[in-house]
Amino acid sequence: MKLKKIALAALFLLVYLVVIPLAFKSKTYFLGVLTTASVLSVISAGVWLIFYIGRINMGQGGFALVGGYASAILISRLGCSFWTSLVGAIIVTVLISILIGMPLLRLKGVYFSMITLSLTETARLAAQCFPALTNGPKGILNLPLPGALTIGGVTLIPDFATVDKHLALYYLGAFLLIVVFAVLYRIVNSRLGWLFRSLQQNEDLASSFGVNVPRLRVIALAICAAFAGVGGAFFVTMQQSIYPASFTFQDSTNFLLYCFLGGLGSVWGAIVGTFVLFISFEMLQGFNQYQPLIYSLIMIGLMLWLPNGLMSLKLPWLRNRFFCVPDPQDEGKEER
Amino acid sequence: MPLMEVKNLTKRFGGLIAVNDVSFSVKEGEILSIIGPNGAGKSTLFKLISSFLPATSGQVIYQGEDITSMSPHLVARKGIIRTFQETTIFRNMTVIDNVVVAHHLQSKASLLGFFFGSPAARSDEARFRESASEILDYLGLQDVKEMKASTLPHGYLRALGIAIGMAARPKLLLLDEPFAGMNSDETAHAMQMVRGIRDRGVTVLLVEHDMSAVMNISDRIVVLNFGKKIAEGEPAAIQSDEAVIEAYLGREDEEVGY
Ligand SMILES: Nc1ncnc2c1ncn2[C@@H]1O[C@H](COP(=O)(O)OP(=O)(O)O)[C@@H](O)[C@H]1O
Ligand SMILES: [Mg+2]
Repeated sequence: MKLKKIALAALFLLVYLVVIPLAFKSKTYFLGVLTTASVLSVISAGVWLIFYIGRINMGQGGFALVGGYASAILISRLGCSFWTSLVGAIIVTVLISILIGMPLLRLKGVYFSMITLSLTETARLAAQCFPALTNGPKGILNLPLPGALTIGGVTLIPDFATVDKHLALYYLGAFLLIVVFAVLYRIVNSRLGWLFRSLQQNEDLASSFGVNVPRLRVIALAICAAFAGVGGAFFVTMQQSIYPASFTFQDSTNFLLYCFLGGLGSVWGAIVGTFVLFISFEMLQGFNQYQPLIYSLIMIGLMLWLPNGLMSLKLPWLRNRFFCVPDPQDEGKEER
Repeated sequence: MPLMEVKNLTKRFGGLIAVNDVSFSVKEGEILSIIGPNGAGKSTLFKLISSFLPATSGQVIYQGEDITSMSPHLVARKGIIRTFQETTIFRNMTVIDNVVVAHHLQSKASLLGFFFGSPAARSDEARFRESASEILDYLGLQDVKEMKASTLPHGYLRALGIAIGMAARPKLLLLDEPFAGMNSDETAHAMQMVRGIRDRGVTVLLVEHDMSAVMNISDRIVVLNFGKKIAEGEPAAIQSDEAVIEAYLGREDEEVGY
């Protein structure tokens, strides 16, 4: 079984890192769509983690926007490299998440969700209202592509201007996705994951044996925000610009849907949901005004057909043991 | 010095006074039972002691320290562990995993250590599994260890609740109706276990409806009625206490069970 798991992972990596880039090398539009799907998966990973502790984060777009602006400001105003700005974006989003998480996460589940609902809008307004920093509604434009990453005289990553830009961005997105999901997988399968699951199932019981529930919630939100920071920073560099509307309320809800339809029982749910839904949305571009309609029908169909998400599809070679939560079947029925 | 002292503890829910100026103390190593009719405030008293509810007034002094307004996880850290009246467990985990998680306070590794799988984290893991296994054996749950908790037969749920409490290495264990829904054989067995827990050095505070069990197992008894303490003493004294007979035993025969 372990062997099968490794083989499966290797196959996915082969397709993701070799087959796709080779096949779509010249179709830069589609490569761009896939790159965006990778980034959005990274941001969704945070939303998934908040689901995992039994909460709903409706404000991930806000965190991504903050991360994006942090990165853009560091690059355009302070002349930082993309790589430094990536670290900066993580630091800023994590700090903000801790600041707002400490009071907010003391609220009961529904109230927490309702307040996160307004976070995206708050972030957008903040971006508009501080033009000295954010350039207001005009946004920050003409950001450079990532330069070379050199550590101790060794060039780890070449300057993006010297290579195929689309391919380079694709690989950067893929790299970030792999790192973020490795971290997420490790969290869920370490004792931290146990504790998060204990919160999801019964916070009172967890605190009865000494778990500092509020602190763990803040830790989860900080990790969630860090993922948004990574995704936001990358997105901005990929677009080479950022506006107050780069991440909207619509995006925040989309992240929820990606996780929800991908499956909350498995770490991979966030990736599968994002790729399937985002790519199908993009492919429906040709249908013009019918696009949202068809998209909605697909989503309703998925919800009816697979109430526990795409990852609950029982493929013969993809057994339950591939999941980190044994039985996604009654995941949704938990008392909160 | 008593292990714990409850001083003039009061809890109001709007107009209702669920716990009204209750004082008593708990000696180290005893089994002290709290009895009283339904709605007398017993569960509320437990929630106040374990800080799951804030007290309206009064104090809980534990080992000389005022713990009245501490957060619940800090109270647990001091060794006061409550179990729940309802069968509260982690339904989506296996039985043994429920107990492994509950070892949380004994972990030596940091959260980052867990993340990177440090040697300390791995030894924690092994230690917890061993200890969980031992606790489950002791409580007669050895055959259902690997079962998912949500599929566990009802009779085992309370024992699992106690196992979770034991995993936290309590100094003072608060058991809320641990014998509810058990037949007399099961109750006798469970009582044996509670005595065993006490003999391991754990002080036990017990809320229980089964009067014969309470009279049998308790060193002392505190009687509540409408939130007020109406009597305190050894089982024999309580059985012959006028106020208790009048307010409680006399009026609710069927609940008393004899
Ligand atoms: N959270 C609450 N809000 C309002 N009233 C409550 C709450 N919890 C308990 N009560 C009331 O307090 C009284 C004592 O309840 P409880 O402590 O559960 O009694 P017991 O455990 O002795 O049966 C009851 O009248 C109950 O309805
Ligand atoms: Mg009760």
